Amino acid sequence: MKRRWRQFPVAIGMLAPSAIILGVFVVYPLIHSIQLGHLRCDATGTRCRDGGWIQYVDVFRSNEFQHALFNTIGLALMTVPIGLVLGIGLAVLADRHLRGIGFFRTVFSSTVATSVAVASLIFFVLLQPEVGLLPHLFHGLFPVLKDPGLLRDPNTAMPAVALSSIWASLGFTFIVITAALQGIPRELYESAFVDGAGGWTRFTNVTLPMLGPTILFTSVVLTTRAFQAYAEIALLTGGGPDPERPTQTVAYLIYGQNSLVKNDIGLKSTSAVLLFLVLLVLAFVQFRGLDKRVHYGS
Amino acid sequence: MAADIGATETTHGARKVGRYVLLVFVAIVVLFPIYATLMQALKSGPDSIDHPKSLLPINLTLDTMRAAWRIGDLGRLLVNSLFVSIVVTIGVIVTSVLAAYAFAFLDFPGKGLLFAFFLATLLVPAELTVVVNQRTISSLGWINSYQGLIVPLLATTFGTFLVRQVFLTVPKDLREAAALDGVGHFRFLGEVAVPLCRPTLGALALFTFLGTWNQYLWPSAIITDDEHRTIQIGLERLKTGDVDKLNLVTAGTVIAALPIFIVLIAFQRQLVRGLTAGAVKG
Amino acid sequence: MTYCSGVAQVRLEHVTKSFGEGDQATTAVDDVSIVVEDRDFMILLGPSGCGKSTLLRMVAGLETPTLGEIYIGDVKVNNIEPKMRDVAMVFQSYALYPHKTAQANIEFPLKVRGASKVDRAAKAKTAAEALGLTEYLDRKPGQLSGGQRQRVALARAIVRQPAVFCMDEPLSNLDAKLRGETRAELVDLHRRLDATILYVTHDQVEAMTMGTRVAVMSRGHLQQIGTPHEVYAKPETVFVATFIGTPPMNVMPAGLFERSEALVGVRAEHLELSANGGVPATVRMVEQLGHETLVICDAAGTRIVVRQDAEAPVPEIGEDVNLTAAEAYRHRFDPATERRITE
Repeated sequence: MKRRWRQFPVAIGMLAPSAIILGVFVVYPLIHSIQLGHLRCDATGTRCRDGGWIQYVDVFRSNEFQHALFNTIGLALMTVPIGLVLGIGLAVLADRHLRGIGFFRTVFSSTVATSVAVASLIFFVLLQPEVGLLPHLFHGLFPVLKDPGLLRDPNTAMPAVALSSIWASLGFTFIVITAALQGIPRELYESAFVDGAGGWTRFTNVTLPMLGPTILFTSVVLTTRAFQAYAEIALLTGGGPDPERPTQTVAYLIYGQNSLVKNDIGLKSTSAVLLFLVLLVLAFVQFRGLDKRVHYGS
Repeated sequence: MAADIGATETTHGARKVGRYVLLVFVAIVVLFPIYATLMQALKSGPDSIDHPKSLLPINLTLDTMRAAWRIGDLGRLLVNSLFVSIVVTIGVIVTSVLAAYAFAFLDFPGKGLLFAFFLATLLVPAELTVVVNQRTISSLGWINSYQGLIVPLLATTFGTFLVRQVFLTVPKDLREAAALDGVGHFRFLGEVAVPLCRPTLGALALFTFLGTWNQYLWPSAIITDDEHRTIQIGLERLKTGDVDKLNLVTAGTVIAALPIFIVLIAFQRQLVRGLTAGAVKG
Repeated sequence: MTYCSGVAQVRLEHVTKSFGEGDQATTAVDDVSIVVEDRDFMILLGPSGCGKSTLLRMVAGLETPTLGEIYIGDVKVNNIEPKMRDVAMVFQSYALYPHKTAQANIEFPLKVRGASKVDRAAKAKTAAEALGLTEYLDRKPGQLSGGQRQRVALARAIVRQPAVFCMDEPLSNLDAKLRGETRAELVDLHRRLDATILYVTHDQVEAMTMGTRVAVMSRGHLQQIGTPHEVYAKPETVFVATFIGTPPMNVMPAGLFERSEALVGVRAEHLELSANGGVPATVRMVEQLGHETLVICDAAGTRIVVRQDAEAPVPEIGEDVNLTAAEAYRHRFDPATERRITE
């Protein structure tokens, strides 16, 4: 018993920095947010009215939140499957001993160097209706590019944001899947080949199953990114276009310039906690759902 | 390389060409936004919107980039980002290594509880903590300050767990031999544990640096003045609404992205290691 | 039961395989010609890097010969895909699909060929029964032992009833005891299936006990091909002489054992300690193994191992002895070419 306490001072000393920072800036906010979540406050954050725990339900069922949640789910549904398919496709395409393949791999990874802000601004400029490059090149095919502009048309605004997001995440997905491909034993492919399996059969019977855990991981990361979408909304559409506000995600609802709850720390907390719960459920669902197919036994 | 299963010699030729064509096509599509951005940043305002000539590498000038630098005060923005990123990276390494050491090599009452505590923090997204942290920082008087930007980011559970994983692979006999030699914890940490996990620390450092550099939500929550603004949140101020001057934004993004491109090319291996740390669990 | 479909003779004619280009080219297989008769159990034996695996992979269709021709049956298969060659391969690591059950693994080659579900299941069941796997069909490779996995790999190979089986060191991942048991099973399988087997190994015990014929390779060259007895009793080269047999044949420098220019090789069991005559040597080490005794001697700097019955008198360390061998047991090799000198 005494022995265990001997290392206690050293341990506390080593853990203190992390524990304090995490305690003050992660755990405390978590707990305090839940408390704040049933308050409604004014702009100064001082005069608060207690709305009770029912406030969580009210906010969740409110039109604004539902709308934002709907938008966010839409964004995720657009970015995650396409992002995965493209990432896997590019990784498999570049998985060869060809001369100069290193160059192509670097190109496909390159978007990992762009931050969300940079990628969003790049597409903002590219899609600008009057002088943007893409509208100029393609408005014959897609008139909406110029009139009123992909980001200003309520029907195309979110898909445009999705496009920017998919492009930005491509590098990350490519790198992760390529690394996983290297881990697939070559002999599995050879065995399938000798048994007569063609390229597509090898892909579905060897590559995809072996990529299982990685696909799960990437899917979780991409989904989380979609649900946390804030910078891209702020920079591309500002939550608009009004009045439908089809790009207002939950995160933007909480923090955005044009948000209703901007100054009410109570309502912000409520929404933030709800977002946290949504993320938890999502992670859980994804892990259970995909993990079943991924588990090989030791 | 997987699936390099060469069929017969003859079809190899045609397949190869087909693959190259596909590779080139995809590369063009992926690079297109970057290329277009680069071209427009290197031209004058009117030239940059003169499509499709804007895509040709002619009439290049650094004037727009210089103007963006001046107007957006990009120098200061970059310095701020660099400063914050470096300090946070060092901080994360230090706190992670220390905490990881405690979890990996020490035994003490409450260890399980503390571990659960750390584990729980993994689930909490930034979107949730920012609300309260904003207020906390405000009451500390740290709005619009460097410490406000830096301090909340100084510890991450991801970093702690990553380093702990590596520490756990240190053979038990090594520790026991050191204990017999009378080597204390801090010395063991410095002379044995840390050198053994250097590649992982490199990956963690790169990852943390990039993550901090790319931060948008937190800086936008607590920085409103010009002095402490970071590059990510400062770029949008280049949007003037004037269509002629739109490529100021473009030039800004090039300047903002350039340091990262360089860093990533220099540290490619660490990047892959860091990204796959969570994915390939076997 | 005749499992296999018809005549399956494999002919390799002057097969060469090089990798790389220009001055970085390495030749893995150099002008090798081998005929594997129908129903042979042909062992490709040699140390690592000798080219045996490359040769096997060329027969399976995973590599293409740089020069030379390969025939299966009467068909030249150089440019034919493995699918069409009717060859099945068992890999050293078994190459089982971790996410499929044993049954699905075994069925896979049939699935690829478009066999119906019922048909596949029936054939897989038969193959599994032949290898004693019936209870394990529902398990995934992760839930099977090494030996069981190996059998699944075998079952997957036989389910196609191929003309030729290619096996790449299938036993090397098993522990010694299991290896011994599985050796016997493989020989039995060969007999039951009436199959043509091409088998790669570096273990000469496997070669001697399992094969109907052995092809010894070194550095890409074929050293000798013959029955296990032939390569043991009449080695064609010094390499074969010293590679086969434990302890290796004593190959002594010219002039040591007899007055001639040839290298003389004598196996440890054919050397005798005589009172007089023969080669003088000093005993350096004695190893009493229970069923036999090894006497390790030094003759003018050359290490010579003598094998004696356990009952025979054991010399002292440091003792001076004389070594002789009957004429019939002396193998002579040309010092320059290291090939056998035939009288």
